[in-house]
Amino acid sequence: MQSRGDFSFLSLYFWLVVLILFLPIILLIIFSFNNSTSLVFPLKGFTLDWYRHLRENTEMLKTVRTSVFLGLGSSLLATILGTMGAIAVVRFDFPGKSAFVAVVALPLVIPYVILGVSLLIMYHSIGIHLSAWAAGLAHVVISMPYAMLIVGARLVGFPQNLEEAAMDLGATYWGALLRVTIPICSPALLAAFLLCFTISFDEFAIASFLVGTQPTLPVYLYSQLRFPTRLPLVVALASILMVVSMIIVLSSDWLRHGGEVRTQRN
Amino acid sequence: MIDFAVELMNVSKIFIAKRRGTLEDISAVKEMNLAIRPGEFFTLLGPSGCGKTTTLRLIAGFEMPSSGEVFIQGKVMNKVPPYRRPVNTVFQNYALFPHMTVAGNVAFGLSIKRVPRVEQEKLVAEALELVQLGEMGENKPYQLSGGQQQRVALARALVNKPAVLLLDEPLGALDLKLRKAMQIELKQIQMQVGITFVYVTHDQEEALTMSDRIAVIHKGMIQQCGDPLTLYEKPVNRFVADFIGESNFIKGHVDQVTDETVLIRVGNETVAIGGGDQSPPLGKEVVAAIRPEKMTLIGSDQNIDRALSGKVEQVIYVGADTRYLITLSTGSTIAVRVQNGGGDGAAGYYNQGDLVKIFWSPEDARLLVD
Repeated sequence: MQSRGDFSFLSLYFWLVVLILFLPIILLIIFSFNNSTSLVFPLKGFTLDWYRHLRENTEMLKTVRTSVFLGLGSSLLATILGTMGAIAVVRFDFPGKSAFVAVVALPLVIPYVILGVSLLIMYHSIGIHLSAWAAGLAHVVISMPYAMLIVGARLVGFPQNLEEAAMDLGATYWGALLRVTIPICSPALLAAFLLCFTISFDEFAIASFLVGTQPTLPVYLYSQLRFPTRLPLVVALASILMVVSMIIVLSSDWLRHGGEVRTQRN
Repeated sequence: MIDFAVELMNVSKIFIAKRRGTLEDISAVKEMNLAIRPGEFFTLLGPSGCGKTTTLRLIAGFEMPSSGEVFIQGKVMNKVPPYRRPVNTVFQNYALFPHMTVAGNVAFGLSIKRVPRVEQEKLVAEALELVQLGEMGENKPYQLSGGQQQRVALARALVNKPAVLLLDEPLGALDLKLRKAMQIELKQIQMQVGITFVYVTHDQEEALTMSDRIAVIHKGMIQQCGDPLTLYEKPVNRFVADFIGESNFIKGHVDQVTDETVLIRVGNETVAIGGGDQSPPLGKEVVAAIRPEKMTLIGSDQNIDRALSGKVEQVIYVGADTRYLITLSTGSTIAVRVQNGGGDGAAGYYNQGDLVKIFWSPEDARLLVD
């Protein structure tokens, strides 16, 4: 058993870490309501102007739309491919399996800047024009390993003979996949989709090389930092994105655990 | 010629396993021949790793034979996938679909066959009634006890009216009392529906309780196939004699062979063994198997031919019987089971250290071929 003294030290430590992690975010949100273009204390007064200006900035909203579509498309593709990869790795044995896993997981460890540069060179040499979709393709590559890990963990967590049972009862392999495997994995699929979406939505390094004339939101935000007067707008938008991102990640986590609890007792 | 429900002809199954980087062949099933009659309760019995589950999976279609042929109802099934075989399986851990209700689980096979919904509901209700779960249709599997889940798995398979029902240690996860009750219930259901059951278990008592016929499997080969009485009374080899029930093995040299009995010398005593149709050469070392409950103990002062002398090493009172462990003059130990009569003195006719003689009727002892 731990003594009370240890406990209070640990909780102090915990809250300190939380403070350090979240202070910048809290500051961001506070300054987004501050009635001044410079981000310094003391605060000048409360205003919703920045959020109002944001609504009128069509250029910025267009990049938000680009990023949302890019995120949806790339995460859909990444989830489908990741699921297929997970099924292959967890349910089947094939020559070169460990090499396959290593190659698929590689984007997890390759620095994005290097990936961005090499994709830029490759796109040039095979004649793909730079665009948001070119960046989207790269996002599929970097988010697929996450999808594969999440769905793979779910596949490991329930017995293979559920699929055998379905086939025993007359379902073909694909029938078993659609009626049994996919429904049981659905919380994990959704979680994977949401995580892939946030990865794509946040990603700056690769996109900055590949978007060409169709900037995604992170690329656009970075470019706006050159104009000091637009800084509060960026801060307001960043606050909104921060809150939305957190909701998405938390709900994906909640979905995944919720799904596990429901089947665990079987 | 009748079609067997299931027939295996020279079926072998070799798995390739990777051990320390090298590939190794493991034969799970070797040259197996098996013929299961329609309507039979047939059990594949053997210790874990003997190949009984692989045999079942070969029939279900989850494994393909490396050589030989699998027939179901007279048709070759080697290349037929599981979903086109007229068999259904009850899995060891039930394998119920956690995202469906009990009724949804039972209706699974019917909905794939596109049976009309009204018909489905009727059949599902009947199947749940058969396994006494009529009220449970709307529950999720995890809300049910182990025994109830077992029944759902049974209903889910039976509702498809398969030609053969395969059961892979279905009672393995249940506690002893429930298991005993389910054994009797399973047997009753089998007789009621008249479907051929192929049952896999490592529990010899379970096999004896339920089966019409049993195949004892060891190291991928059928050791003996027959009805429970034959297996218990006339085991053909040491493995079967040891695996089914309890046996004493007595080693001796052939002394004399007559029409009905073989006399063997054990140490400096001679005992009689039912020879069956065997006539081993004189002087050969042989092994005889005798069940503990078929032996009789008398005091060493009594005069009797063809008995073994020994000393009581241990007396174990087990309720209905008393078990005596007796050391023979040759040094080997023999177990004798004596049924306890009424009265206070039931146990303890003999005490530790008593000198006794053991004898039996020759026909109760069997000469083993190996």
